[in-house]
This record gives sequence, structure tokens and C-alpha cells, in this order.
Amino acid sequence: MSFDTFVTQVFNGLSLFTVLALMSIGLAIVFGLMGVINMAHGELMALGAYMTYLTSVVFTRFLPSMSGAYFFVGILVAFAVTSAVGFVLERVMIRHLYKRPLDTMLATWGLSLVFQQLFRQLFGPIDVSVPTVSWLQGAWNVTPGIAIPLSRIFIIGLTLAVALFVYLFLFRSRWGLRIRSVMQNRAMAGAAGINTERVDAVTFAVGCGLAGIAGSALTMIASTGPATGQQYIVDTFIVVVFGGVESLVGTFLSAFSIGELQSMFEIVLSGSMAKAAILMLVIVALYFRPNGLFAIKVRR
Amino acid sequence: MMKKTRRSFLKTALATTAATALPGSMFLRASSVSAAEPVKVGILHSLTGTVAIAEAHVVDAEKLAIEEINAAGGVMGRQIQPVVEDGASDWPTFAEKAQKLLEGDKVSTVFGCYTSASRKAVLPVFERYKGLLYYPTYYEGLEMSKNIMYTGQEATQSVIPAVNWLAKNKGKTFFLVGSDYIWPRTTNRIAHPTIAKAGGTVVGEDYFPLGTVEFSSVINKIKAAKPDVILSTIVGGSNVAFFKQLNSVGITGKNQAIMALAVTEEEAIGIGRENITGVLSCMGYFQSVQNPQNQKFVAAFKAKYGQDRVIGDTMEAGYLSVYMWKLAVEKAQSFDVEKVVAASSNLGWDAPEGAVKFHVSNHHLWKHARIGEFTPDGQVHILYESPLIEPNPFPKL
Repeated sequence: MSFDTFVTQVFNGLSLFTVLALMSIGLAIVFGLMGVINMAHGELMALGAYMTYLTSVVFTRFLPSMSGAYFFVGILVAFAVTSAVGFVLERVMIRHLYKRPLDTMLATWGLSLVFQQLFRQLFGPIDVSVPTVSWLQGAWNVTPGIAIPLSRIFIIGLTLAVALFVYLFLFRSRWGLRIRSVMQNRAMAGAAGINTERVDAVTFAVGCGLAGIAGSALTMIASTGPATGQQYIVDTFIVVVFGGVESLVGTFLSAFSIGELQSMFEIVLSGSMAKAAILMLVIVALYFRPNGLFAIKVRR
Repeated sequence: MMKKTRRSFLKTALATTAATALPGSMFLRASSVSAAEPVKVGILHSLTGTVAIAEAHVVDAEKLAIEEINAAGGVMGRQIQPVVEDGASDWPTFAEKAQKLLEGDKVSTVFGCYTSASRKAVLPVFERYKGLLYYPTYYEGLEMSKNIMYTGQEATQSVIPAVNWLAKNKGKTFFLVGSDYIWPRTTNRIAHPTIAKAGGTVVGEDYFPLGTVEFSSVINKIKAAKPDVILSTIVGGSNVAFFKQLNSVGITGKNQAIMALAVTEEEAIGIGRENITGVLSCMGYFQSVQNPQNQKFVAAFKAKYGQDRVIGDTMEAGYLSVYMWKLAVEKAQSFDVEKVVAASSNLGWDAPEGAVKFHVSNHHLWKHARIGEFTPDGQVHILYESPLIEPNPFPKL
């Protein structure tokens, strides 16, 4: 393996890490903190992607001179719409299922099918094209042999920004304090005057909104179609479970180890075998640490 | 308890009598009607689920053909009445719906299936009920059922001409990359000896699970291997990821020969036309084929479904399937499956893709292979057109 190939591959691992982290962070909140197994998480990402698509259509039609900036608007629209949808879903459906994890799984799986068919009816069965803005096309040629795509650099930056936002929101804001107290002890938090139902809805909405951001950013590297969510959901769950439910740091570390390992495996093995090897490793790791890499120790 | 059992026994007995009596009475009625009674045909594709992306629009083309035939007087004076069923991208559902069409609706033929998995699922049903299926997708070959007519390219009809053309025009070193299932694997098994025979070498080969969205590692491998040609058998949404990521590191159809064997004009929309300009494809049909039949077909399709719609290879194969069935029925002067199949031997038609004809015995079509490159408007500029190629679903490797 040449030096250039190796350096590029390390970067690819880093990029895969941020992609996985971005995909998983919303689920880490919904599944990790709230315990909701949301099988429709992938479709919320697809919804974010479609919102970005709609934004691009609006910009090319009405504001062609501003099309370089559409992507930022697209990300915001994706966040706004998916979190609004998440809020409504929580109020209408999810809240009735909190103590029934298996039913939640089935219900949200059904929900994912409904979403997929809705996309198909509204946008057609064929993938839509979300243009990558001109300033994110192409690559930064570090040396003639090493090209780092600008879109990947943007995703790394976006993931860091989202991580910072989540950290500030959960650990430095009143809302975060309420969320953490409700998740730790619902009855006590309620007794202390916190509106726990409202906290549930807001937490779920934020988790969904983050899925929307991820879906929006990933339009640069992948497809936008009715089945797009299905491409993400498995990886997303693996990252969250491997990292340890209830731990956001674990989610990031898990995304990092899976990202780098997969990139290294992919260079020596075939793509399919690399994937299989990663799954084997995760299974073995979960065998020895059933609660994931970072299990928070709590007395039960 | 006893009472309950007796009641449920009675219920079952009644239901059985009804079930056995019903088809019989229907059969009597069907045989005594006049010839003007419409003839039912089934259309069985995925309208929902993951494969709907590729399959749903084939239904449009098949319906168009039926409409045209009906307007021109039908088949042997009878109007065609399509019964559309949704396979829902789920193979057991395909088998179930196939049975419903054959046993319940008593259709004369079925146009349907896209993936090989769905075809394999319905095959025993068609053989058991002696039905007839027209299968319009390019596929890996290695199959010949007496109850299926294959109207897409089998693998040798696309990969062999593609490789020969590439070796002659684009270079001798090949990197093979594909999705990990039977079609890409079989296609590349045929590609290997063909490349060797053409004096070329394979410098890399890699497969990814269906639905993979991360291709940066294989792109890195491709950059290291510096092949003259990338031969891609990636399918579905993964293609979007593959081409977007290739483009982002500066590898495009303009500076690298890339042949995508599973990208039609329809997939080009999702990939983004700007991302696929210059990429090569090898199909039996492109919308840009120049002949009066195709001009008529494209105009009729757009008039019915909208000017912005595009037509891909499988859609045309679906359209021609309906006509091939009509011609076979008229030649056989019967809707009987065995007679229709027998009449299909050597049966030819001037299709939008040019003159095609069924093989004398192996149920596949003699077809042209066309190689073209994508233009910025998402259409394909045809660079090469082979003579009719004999179908060979069981190639010696």
C-alpha cells in the first residue's frame, strides 16, 4: 500500500466516523436517552433529504442567484420539518407506547413503511437529484496523490457543530437539565414540578430533527429516494448499540472505531467481507460487554 | 366443546363445497361466452417497497402497449383487460400474487417481475399452474423455464459486447466493482474470460452489500490500481453514492472510462445528470435509438405520461413483451399457453429497439447490444450498436 493510499484511507475512516456519528446522534437521543426503539429513524433522515431537495427546487426556481447558499437553508428546513414531524408523532403515537418496547418497535416499523410509501406517492418511485452546491464540489488536492473531497470536510465540520450543539443543549441548558432529570427519575422529576410529558415531546423532536440534519447533509454523498432510510437504519442502530445505550460519548467512540476499522478492513478485504468482519467484531464485543462500550453504571 | 367442533366442521365443509363449486361454475360461464369477452392478463411488479424504484414504471409501458393494442382492435378480436397486482418488493408476496392471478383471475399471461429473486419465487407457481410469464429485465441467465419468456438481455448479450468494445476502444486493464448478489457475480464471471480473450487484465475486483452508501475505500483502491476501465455492476441507490463520491475526488466520465451495466436513463436522474455525464452504459435499448418505431413509442409514452418522463431499457422490454405475446397468440390462434410458447419460436417483431426475434428454442430474444455515453441532458449518445446477438443463457465458462 502506498503512502498516498494509506493517508487517504485514514481520512476515509475519519470521514466515515463523522458520517456514522451524524447518522446516529439523533437515534442516540431517542433510543439511548428515551428508550424508544424508533425503526422509522431512517425515514426521518430521508424526510430531511427530501426537504433539502424541495429547498433546492425552490431556490433554482425563485432565487437562482442565491443557489450557492441554498444548502444552509436546506439543512435548517430539514431540521425544522423533521423535528415538527417528530413532535407530532410523539404526541399522537409514541407517548402511548413508552412502557411497551416491543410494540414500539412494531409500530415504528409500520410507520417507516407508511413514510416510504408516502415519499413514493409524493415524489415518485425514482430517486430525486439533490444538487451539491458548487463550492462543495470537487476536492482539496493536498498532494497530487491525495484528494480530500470538500463535501467530506463539510460533513466533518457539521458533525462537530452538531455534537457541540447537543452537548450544550443537554449539559448546559435548562432544557437539558430537565431532560436528564426526567430520564433518570421520571416520578421525582415530575414531583419537582417538571412537565415530563412536554420534556418527552421536546426530546423526541430534537432527536428527529438531528436525523433530518443528517439526512440533509448525506444528500451530498448518497441517494435521495423512498428507500434511502433503509440504507442508513442498520448502521445507525449498530453504532448506538455498540457504543452503549444511554451514552452519547459511547456513540461517538463507537462511530469512530467502526469507521476507522471498516476503512482499514475495506482496503485489505472486499467490501462485503469488511462489512461481515465489522459485524462479527461487534457481536464478539457485545458478548463480552453486553451493554456496549460505554455502559453507565446504575444500581437497578 | 363437541358442539363447537361440529359447527366448525360444518363451516369448513360448506366453505370447501363453495370453493370447489365456484371455479367450476365460473369455468362454465367463461367457456360459453362470445369471443368479444375481454381477455385478462396479469401485470405483476413492485409498486411499493425498495424495488419500486426500478419496477413501477415498467407497468406504465406495459399498460401503454395494452392500450394501443386495444385501440387497434385487441387480440384475435378480444380486448385485453389488465389485472395489476403489487409484488411489494417481497418475494413471497410475488408468489402469492402470481397464484392469485393464475388461479383466481385465470389470466392468459402475466407480464412481470424485475429482480431474479422475485422471478425465482414465482417460477414454481407458473410451472405448477401452467401459466405464462414474460420477464422484461436484463439478468444473469442460467435459467430457462418452459413457462417463462425472457425479453431482456441475458448476461452474455451485454457483458461480452461491452468488454470487447471497451478493450478495443478504451484500454486493457479493468477494475470490476459490483453489488454483492447473483447478477453482478455472474456477470463478472463471464467478464473474466472475455477480458482475458481480449488481451486485457483484471487489476481489481470488489463487491459491496446492496444498499451500501460508502464507497470511498474502493475509490481509493481504484486510484491506486489506475485501471483503464472501471466496469461497474452496482445497482440501485448505491449507484448514486458511487458516482457522487467518484466525482468528488475528480474521477468522472470525462477523464476515466467507466462502464455502468445497471444504469439506465431513469437511474441517471437520481444520480444527478451532472454526475454521470460521459459515463458509458450497455443496454439493449436507449431512448435515443433512432428508428420510426421508437419515435412512435417515445411520442406515445410522453403523450400519455408527461413530457418530462424518460424511458429505460426495462420499460421498453416490458412494452415489447406485450406485443410479442399478442403476435404469438395470433400466430397460434389460441390463448393456450403451450400453443403460445410453441408459436413464439423464431417469432420476430419490429420493436422500438429494432427488429428482435425469439430464439428457436431457448425462450430468450435475439437482441442488439448498444453502447452509449450519457450526455448532460441525461440521455444517451449511442456510440456502438452490435448486430443481433444470439441468446446463450447457459454460457460455457
